[in-house]
Amino acid sequence: MLLAPIVWILTIAICYFFIGHYWWFPAPISEHGVAYDEQFTITLAVTGIIFFLAQMALGWVIFKFKDDGKRANYSHGNNKLEAIWTSATAVLFIGLVLFGTRIWASVHFVAAPADALKIEVSAKQFAWNFRYPGPDGVFGKTDIKLINDAGGNAFGIDDKDPASKDDITSASIKVPAGKPIMLIMKSRDVIHNFFVRELRLKQDIVPGMEIPFHFQADKVGVYEVPCSELCGLGHHQMRTTLEVMSQADFEKWLRDQAAQK
Amino acid sequence: MSSLAHAPHQAPSGFIRRYIFSLDHKVIGIQYYFLALFSVLLGMTLSVLMRYHMVYPDARVSLFEKLWPTSAAGGIMTPELYLSLMTMHGTIMVFFVLTTAPQSGFGNYFLPIQIGAEDMAFPVLNMMSFWTTFLALIVMVAAFFVPGGAPLGGWTAYPPLSGVGAIAGPGQGAGQTLWVISIAIFCAASLMGAINFIATTVDLRARGMSMMRLPLTCWTWLVTAILGLLGFAVLLAAGVLLLLDRTAGTSFFLPAGLIVNDQILLNHKGGSPLLWQHLFWFFGHPEVYIAILPGMGVASQLLSTFARKPIFGYRAMVYAILGIGFLGFFVWGHHMFMSGMNPYSAFAFSVLTMSIGVPSAIKTFNWIGTLWGGKIRFTTAMLFALGFVSLFVSGGISGIFLGQPALDLYFHDTYFVVGHFHMIMGVAAIFGMFAGTFYWFPKVTGRLMNETMGKIHFYITFIGVYCIFTPMHFLGIAGNPRRYADFTNFEFMNALMPIHSFMTWAAVITAVAQLIFFINLFWSIKKGTPTGPNPWESTTLEWGIPSPPPFDNFAGVHPVVNHGPYEYAVPGAPKDYTMQTDPL
Repeated sequence: MLLAPIVWILTIAICYFFIGHYWWFPAPISEHGVAYDEQFTITLAVTGIIFFLAQMALGWVIFKFKDDGKRANYSHGNNKLEAIWTSATAVLFIGLVLFGTRIWASVHFVAAPADALKIEVSAKQFAWNFRYPGPDGVFGKTDIKLINDAGGNAFGIDDKDPASKDDITSASIKVPAGKPIMLIMKSRDVIHNFFVRELRLKQDIVPGMEIPFHFQADKVGVYEVPCSELCGLGHHQMRTTLEVMSQADFEKWLRDQAAQK
Repeated sequence: MSSLAHAPHQAPSGFIRRYIFSLDHKVIGIQYYFLALFSVLLGMTLSVLMRYHMVYPDARVSLFEKLWPTSAAGGIMTPELYLSLMTMHGTIMVFFVLTTAPQSGFGNYFLPIQIGAEDMAFPVLNMMSFWTTFLALIVMVAAFFVPGGAPLGGWTAYPPLSGVGAIAGPGQGAGQTLWVISIAIFCAASLMGAINFIATTVDLRARGMSMMRLPLTCWTWLVTAILGLLGFAVLLAAGVLLLLDRTAGTSFFLPAGLIVNDQILLNHKGGSPLLWQHLFWFFGHPEVYIAILPGMGVASQLLSTFARKPIFGYRAMVYAILGIGFLGFFVWGHHMFMSGMNPYSAFAFSVLTMSIGVPSAIKTFNWIGTLWGGKIRFTTAMLFALGFVSLFVSGGISGIFLGQPALDLYFHDTYFVVGHFHMIMGVAAIFGMFAGTFYWFPKVTGRLMNETMGKIHFYITFIGVYCIFTPMHFLGIAGNPRRYADFTNFEFMNALMPIHSFMTWAAVITAVAQLIFFINLFWSIKKGTPTGPNPWESTTLEWGIPSPPPFDNFAGVHPVVNHGPYEYAVPGAPKDYTMQTDPL
């Protein structure tokens, strides 16, 4: 029967492409990213074996059990087998999710270290803005009535607040390597999503909410940030970059920005 | 148990009462089927246009300009047009194809016959539910023709994008309003249908048709109806609230301080965008099972019939259907792992989500167990049922990745998700419909569909859908986000364009191959080989009556059921199949 070899060939081809890593993740740049890839690999191994065996078995029964004019075996099933595959899949699937929970916990249950660098993220339809509190470590007050994108005040920073004097804003995000970063994420219009592939991290940014989110990047480089929650007609253009710099370069960048104000 | 809730009725003689505003569940089932057939043609065409645009975003196509003079001026499809096609593709496919054909189409026609009833419990309600669905489709399609065009917020219509009106983008004005109204009408129609299915199954079963003798198709239609009753009620409420936010100045989903398109919206405060997501997915996740459960029923019925063997583990199958239906209401949060909801709830939702993999695995093992030691007859109907099993495995297994919040930190809203749900609730469900069409066509028309055309169509489609949807998983692994009108702005996505091209051409070939099915369907209505009442030597009640069935199904006789639904190859029996109505 033609279907049996087709199922087998498709299955082997799919496994070949998964094992060969022809289109794959970019290299991770954080401890979290390494842990993520381990969890992915374990899940891929477990599901890959189930996938391969199930499709091969399907192909086998199609190949083997053709109508030959005789009667089939009369059987209504086997409760012992049902019990075995029910408990086996339950243990495997729930075991996988429990095993991965430590990764989720490190992102969401554990707070950012107290010395983390705070950066405010403001998303709007089709652009990103980032704000650093400056040497005083305090973000200046903002007022939505002061927001003026053309005038360079995307956050609506209130100049009268002394804490705002040293605030630095940027259209892309720069962070020092090896230092914990704490993002405070806000959107002014619709839902957006901050996604860095190399960090293996993603978070929706929801208007009306302030969402804290922390990470630490260890490898210097420039990484693309695509908006990953449908936000309107320019969704596909909503791009910025995460630039991971050495501590010295980052401090120099901060000084240069402060000097330009 | 065999009490009839209504008096038997005669076929009306007038054309309009017989074929248009018909009370006959069989006519209504066919009406639903053709509504879904129109919708699937439309939805599939939209998907081909989308795939073309993704690969050739700058191409000038005069057809686009003819269809959309403003949003495709000069023949170049704008991003907003792309997003509106995407929104309408998803909406039309989920609501008007996957919800209507397997349940309202096949279920309407065959549930009453398979349980030995003369009609549905409430024939007038049945007629109303079809025409209400029809109205919903008209309103939905009308969104293409209003100023600004169809909405661009996706089939999930997350506010604030869907709540603040035209300032959020073209299509978010009148188009989005019509979308919400259409969905609300559709919900009302689905509620009517759900009540009818439940009442019919509970109340109108023939003598001897105990619950544990129901064909598995009937079990899936029953559980799907319960899911519809609970799910669509919530979506209806959510839709009304969204409509009020849009038109009456309420703030159910809109928080204070929104600045959209440089305008401060002072008239909204206190709403929660996440509330919509909770309400939507409380419906939206059970909806996945509304789409796929009837396909599981059809696959079970056909695998047993064409393997000439009883279904492996009938009771386990029933419990798995009930388990999937029950658990399906407690996993909606897995669509929201990245939404900003409390991350601790993600833990609970993920464990429940993985639990739903267990009954799904039971079903897969039982299907293979059914085939094991069988005497398989490879009809086209059977090929589609076997294809369903293969696609169900492939589409289900990627859910093991997405059900883990830890892995969703990367995969959320990438093509991995698109590949996953198209494989399982898209094409697996559609393979269930193809299987059902080839299997029941002779009952509805008295003729067989053409097997040669059927097999050519099957093989192209089976290989085609793997070629379209498998590569999406690799795109997802490479981090390609979904709902992007084009990929030229990002370096890493440019590197993935060869995969996109491959998928687009696979989609074009597969879509064109669907013409074979349409030709086969309409050709066979007139020219198919005439056949007797039971060409497949099946056991369930519909195969014991003439093809096509008489108006009241059993010609005034009340069938008595003596056997379970899948008694094939019974030792010592005169034939290799024992009909449910055969004497003891």
